[in-house]
Amino acid sequence: MPHPLIADPRAGAPPAVSVHAARLDYGGAALFDALDFTLPAGRWTCLLGPSGVGKTTLLRLIAGLEAPVGDTRIVAGDGQPLAGRIAWMGQQDLLLPWLSALDNALLGSRLRGDGDPDRERRGVAIELLIRVGLGGRLAARPSALSGGQRQRVALVRTLMEDRPVILMDEPFSGLDSITRWKLQDLAAELLAGRTVLLVTHDPREALRLGDTVHVMAGRPARLDQAWELGGPTPRPLDDPALLAREGELIRRLAAAAEA
Amino acid sequence: MKAVLRALLVFAGLCLLWQALVVTTGLPAYILPPPTRVFAALVGRADFLLSHALLTLAEIVLGMLSGVVLGVASALTLASVPTARRWLLPVLVVSQAIPVFALAPLLVLWLGYGMASKVAMATLIIYFPVTSAFYDGLRHSERGWLDLARVMGATGGRELLHVRVPAALPGLASGLRVAAVVAPIGAVIGEWVGASAGLGYIMLQANARMQIDVMFAALLVLGVMAVALYYGLDAALRRFIPWLPQSLPVSSKE
Repeated sequence: MPHPLIADPRAGAPPAVSVHAARLDYGGAALFDALDFTLPAGRWTCLLGPSGVGKTTLLRLIAGLEAPVGDTRIVAGDGQPLAGRIAWMGQQDLLLPWLSALDNALLGSRLRGDGDPDRERRGVAIELLIRVGLGGRLAARPSALSGGQRQRVALVRTLMEDRPVILMDEPFSGLDSITRWKLQDLAAELLAGRTVLLVTHDPREALRLGDTVHVMAGRPARLDQAWELGGPTPRPLDDPALLAREGELIRRLAAAAEA
Repeated sequence: MKAVLRALLVFAGLCLLWQALVVTTGLPAYILPPPTRVFAALVGRADFLLSHALLTLAEIVLGMLSGVVLGVASALTLASVPTARRWLLPVLVVSQAIPVFALAPLLVLWLGYGMASKVAMATLIIYFPVTSAFYDGLRHSERGWLDLARVMGATGGRELLHVRVPAALPGLASGLRVAAVVAPIGAVIGEWVGASAGLGYIMLQANARMQIDVMFAALLVLGVMAVALYYGLDAALRRFIPWLPQSLPVSSKE
């Protein structure tokens, strides 16, 4: 269920995103070659794999941050261009140290020159910051916030972008487990119904949040068969099915790391 | 506060050492006057020194203002116009091979004995440090911030204004600190080469008349002025750029 505060009038239904014949070279060798990958529309796709296998690069390729090589094509399922319909959340919070939490959350409109963020957008941003428990820290600079608080501001900034496609690169990796668990719930709730790609190295995170889970391995890297999990997300941490799947997923990852 | 006290103690210690040196070696006052005579000259000729000091200060401040404005404008141009970067950057770097001091006689010839040549000298001498510090800052914005701006669909101008310029301000701040240190050098060199007023002029005149105590007094005033300028600027930068990293070794916490 999309969050009522940020229903998106511009974009309509979130599109599927497909990557065809993706190739990217790194240090002279192909990081991946002829890679096909699809993010189903309106679902969460989680991508796992050993470090350095190219997960982040694949995500950046979809975000338009890496120059594609060869026949690489990245298309939206509805045939419209992808540019302007993506929000990106990187490994670091990337908050600007000279802006308050609120102004960081509103960075997008400032950078696009949508005019000064109007009262309505400010209102939405404030409401979201209150939702993530930062109602009392609106004017605080990033240096005065803890790692978890900063990551929450970054999440609100991503939400304020109000894009149908969300790309997240290990967004919760630097957090303690309680904060991570809370932020996972929050993100799952607020970004439900969007086309989401979540790169993570935490199997449990993928199994809690993903509708589909992929493991990426090898060089040039390949994706395994999509693992459809089904059922509502976020799945509770003590769900016995989740624990069983975690064992299975860790075995797959270990096999991938050796491949 | 403790740091100030320490600095004063060190200064007092040096004065004592100086006095001891004069007493033990018996150097004549026209070679090395004792500190007591320098302070006497400082007090006795306070009005005279002050009026010349104000002129030199005005030259320094005007030189800094124009140097900073020119430097900031150049850095922004270099950072945002690739053509300017290709054509001007090599020129700028090569121009630094010319010692600015060597230009002082020319500046006096062209701009006269008044303030203009000294302001120009101070401007020239700080132009490069300010430009290069700010330009470096503009070039080395955190990559992630630029990526973020790109995905958000920022226009080039807005990315510059809202991300790269604020991110480069700490760099500009270190350029400004350097400027505060070297701008007085520029003004004084200008006054040495040809002037009818100013601390540099006083020093030259006093030297020629063997009034070494006055020369030292002028030097002291110049030193105090330069230090005040530096710390005043530093405090202002800290206030207006609160995300500035702590970089002043003196104020480091023990």
